[in-house]
Amino acid sequence: MKRRLFICSFAMATQLFFAATLVLQPARAGSEDAKSSPTEVRVDNFTFSPETLTVPVNNAVTWVNKDDVPHVIASNDGLFKSKALDTDDKYSYTFTKAGSYSYYCSVHPKMVGKIVVQ
Amino acid sequence: MAKNDRFDPSLSGFIEHDHNNDGIDRRGFLKCMAWAGTGALCVIEGGILKSYALGSQKGSAIRSHKTASFSFVQISDSHMGFNKPANPDVIATLKAAVDKINALPDQPDFILHTGDVSHLSKPSEFENVDQILKATNKEIFFVPGEHDVLNDDGAMFRERYGKNSKGQGWYSLDKNGVHFIGLVNVMNLKAGGLGTLGQEQLAWLEDDVRHLTSSTPIVVFAHIPLWTVYPQWGWGTDDSTQALSYLKRFGSVTVLNGHIHQSMQKVEGNITFHTAFSTAFPQPTPGAPEGPGPMKAPAEQLRSVLGITHVNYVQGRHALAVVDSSLV
Repeated sequence: MKRRLFICSFAMATQLFFAATLVLQPARAGSEDAKSSPTEVRVDNFTFSPETLTVPVNNAVTWVNKDDVPHVIASNDGLFKSKALDTDDKYSYTFTKAGSYSYYCSVHPKMVGKIVVQ
Repeated sequence: MAKNDRFDPSLSGFIEHDHNNDGIDRRGFLKCMAWAGTGALCVIEGGILKSYALGSQKGSAIRSHKTASFSFVQISDSHMGFNKPANPDVIATLKAAVDKINALPDQPDFILHTGDVSHLSKPSEFENVDQILKATNKEIFFVPGEHDVLNDDGAMFRERYGKNSKGQGWYSLDKNGVHFIGLVNVMNLKAGGLGTLGQEQLAWLEDDVRHLTSSTPIVVFAHIPLWTVYPQWGWGTDDSTQALSYLKRFGSVTVLNGHIHQSMQKVEGNITFHTAFSTAFPQPTPGAPEGPGPMKAPAEQLRSVLGITHVNYVQGRHALAVVDSSLV
């Protein structure tokens, strides 16, 4: 239990780190598991692909912008928000709690997607 | 790989419309789309849109109208910093737009820029645009596009262009008896939604026009269209209907927008809507299969699908003549 708590707090610290620095780098995961199973959402032609992505807890999700225009990844409830991603820029966020996370592009709000964390 | 590289040459060139219609009360409205290779002239008289070829007799007469009280130019979507295949040199095309403005026979009194001044909200991008536009020697009024407010909710944009603005950057001013209203509809956008004005701005707008007589001509300018062009691509504003309801009593309302990088007009009652060309790159027609991204035109045709808009106001007639000219 103690160890689990430790992992949990480490993951939260990692999450805070990502949120604070808005990392525009390839996925840097908070655990070995996440490193071995990277998950990516392509932002292409004003759509998120896949639109719904299911990942395990503590997995880093990376969005990569393949469009000629910038996009901003923002969760509907304000949990996470990237800086503007230019072409080929990436943004990663590690989900530490199970649940369903709806997000959108705050520049082009018709673009919506969902991350399901299990 | 460049996307949206389909280009239909039939879209360039000139489309002439002459709507001798009673369209005043018609909701189904008149619409003319002009991919103006040589320019289309749209004249607004009492809420009716009439379009003429620039070469036509009446078109020429109106264009060179010597009694125009004043005129202004709208430019839009300069996207300084964009460097993709759809236009690797947006500096050159913005300079071409400046040359076009400086060559107008009837020199405009001032310029409106309807947003997306920059591509990535960078100070250097704004600075480049300012330096290039200096060559017009004109006063310029700006409203932000979504590309201008990417990382700071528009703080830098307002610092540069909106020192006397209210709220998130909206303002109004009076020029030669015409009331100009600059609106901001690119911030606080909601998931799944369109452009948004918001309650604070709507309340300000209602109050701003309250004291005006109904005969005051109104020009509204904002980045995202204030009419629903194509909601699937976000080309519209969620609460524009409420904003426009405050303007229904006015005899002449002209709404100028950018964002969609193509010229389009619509008349609905007393309100005429117009979207401007970009000076940077074209975008596809609504619903085109390739999606809404930058469209790559053949290099030799690029400047035929970029342009400026020249608006003439004729005092006493409440007529605003809106002329689109390509950069060719």
